[in-house]
Amino acid sequence: MKRVRAEILSTRRLGAYQSLTLVAPEIAERARPGQFVAVAMPEDRDFLLRRHLTIHQSSRRGGWAGTLEFVVDPAAGPGTAWLSDLRAHGFLDVIGPLGTPFSYPKRLTNCLLVGEGRSVAGLYFLAQELVARGKRVDMVIGGSTLDAVFKPIEAKRLSQLVTVVTDDGTLGETGTVIEAVAPALDRAPIEVVYAAGRVPLLSAVAEICRSRTLPAQVAVEERMGCGYGLCDTCAVPVASKDGATWGHVRACVEGPVFNPARVVWDRWRAAGPSADGPEAS
Amino acid sequence: MTARTRSIGVDLAGVALATPVLIASGCAGTGKELHGLVELRRVGGVVSRTVTVEPRDGSAPPRIVESASGVVWETGLQNPGVDAFVATELPTLAAASSAVFVSIAGATLEEYVRITGVLQGRTGVAAIEVHLSGPDRELERPVLGAHADRVTEVVGAVARMSLVPVFAKLPGGVDVVPVAVAAARAGASGLTLCASPPALAIDAPASRPALGGTGGWLSGPALKPMTLRAVAEVHRALPRMPLVASGGIRSATDAVEAMLAGASAVQVGTATLVDPTAPVAIAKGIATELQRRAVASPADLRGRVAIGSPEPAPEEQHA
Repeated sequence: MKRVRAEILSTRRLGAYQSLTLVAPEIAERARPGQFVAVAMPEDRDFLLRRHLTIHQSSRRGGWAGTLEFVVDPAAGPGTAWLSDLRAHGFLDVIGPLGTPFSYPKRLTNCLLVGEGRSVAGLYFLAQELVARGKRVDMVIGGSTLDAVFKPIEAKRLSQLVTVVTDDGTLGETGTVIEAVAPALDRAPIEVVYAAGRVPLLSAVAEICRSRTLPAQVAVEERMGCGYGLCDTCAVPVASKDGATWGHVRACVEGPVFNPARVVWDRWRAAGPSADGPEAS
Repeated sequence: MTARTRSIGVDLAGVALATPVLIASGCAGTGKELHGLVELRRVGGVVSRTVTVEPRDGSAPPRIVESASGVVWETGLQNPGVDAFVATELPTLAAASSAVFVSIAGATLEEYVRITGVLQGRTGVAAIEVHLSGPDRELERPVLGAHADRVTEVVGAVARMSLVPVFAKLPGGVDVVPVAVAAARAGASGLTLCASPPALAIDAPASRPALGGTGGWLSGPALKPMTLRAVAEVHRALPRMPLVASGGIRSATDAVEAMLAGASAVQVGTATLVDPTAPVAIAKGIATELQRRAVASPADLRGRVAIGSPEPAPEEQHA
């Protein structure tokens, strides 16, 4: 974990989202899929907390080595709106990489990656690393409307079979990501499921994987105070290994990636979509 | 001459601190988290998260939401219980920090006494900070520390038992002087002013409270003027009592203001969550300010700004 003053290399609009690329070699070289960065807000505003943003891309090699990219929804709150308006060559105070990353399957090959909205951003980093390890990747991605589906072409490039869904049918099938998971599992011999998003999606994925006895990992979103384990505010109810007891653990340190079978979903009333606070990812 | 040559060490009721800046309870982690971000040893001291007799699961998420210049939060005092705390957390925290104040809470007098007993003589405990903002199960009151009679009992019992200095952290949003006087008379070595006041955040689109717990507490820069007022009033009533300002301190200027109002030291909470180096930067800024004012120590700032008094000024008032 490093704290750096990172230059914004570029910033661009991608549908409903804004994607920022930073020069941050100290963070980029350590970053793994599922991890996030904590970005400081300007001191002269009345919103204080760092924004916690999932790493969308981290480039360790090549012409733009040492860069990392994250994606914000400008409509999510004042902090993400501020980030969206920044120009290239400004500087940000960034701490990262933070959190426990996804782990890669050793023996299993066929992976399904599920996400909706901005949460899809973190899955491309994962897909890329899985493909590099010779795994097969399928994806189910979606959003409320065409603009809210993050990089559908990137999904096509990285995966074998892609299901795209929108609530209003403006892109792909009409429906929800949750409804599209079971058909995607029926279509290919999936062995592992990865998901990122909010509680309703993740708890549904947890249930589907439980009923089909599929191993899964989910990246949760919960409001954070600090993002590096100090304040105990990003609590996620998790059962003990034997299932006898449960306790709150920190989404920022023990998470954000969890085994969904261990999360006590009905104890967790996570921040709703109206949250105008720091984004958990 | 650089600021570094001037000492900003303070003797806080017998606890020697390298700087008058502490990390407030619940904002320092367990001693491992800040590795690579700030050296905890360079911070004057840290207050542990609040520990109770039994482990507590804490309140349901979400636990934090922003408000203008502040945060509304509620952890429900999540902690592993005092026995697990002294076995696992305290050693790491003490090894990483220059001084550890252990924050303790109970819902009954007996619980405070039991925790103090477990902490007694324990290596690594520089002081005890008594959290008094929770409910009182025995007397069925919503805020135990809002009542002078109860503060006298609880703080008195802890202070009599403890071998290390005892700081009473008075509740926010209450008439603070009577409880401050009660805590001082009961034997507190110092007072922390104040705990976060009770607050509520509402998620209007969902028509429900924004947090998963019973309400919440307000922290952050929005609190500073309330902290300054509480410090100034208590300093006027108890001029010799060491006071630790807590609530809304995020810069050296804020810390200096708190000292001018009567504080001997400050605690930095929310600002540490945003900038882990804030406690070190604030200490440096205090040193610079001492140099600018050509005074020798933070104690020389203490209480230099007095507020108008409805009563005759006490005779010990700072000249």
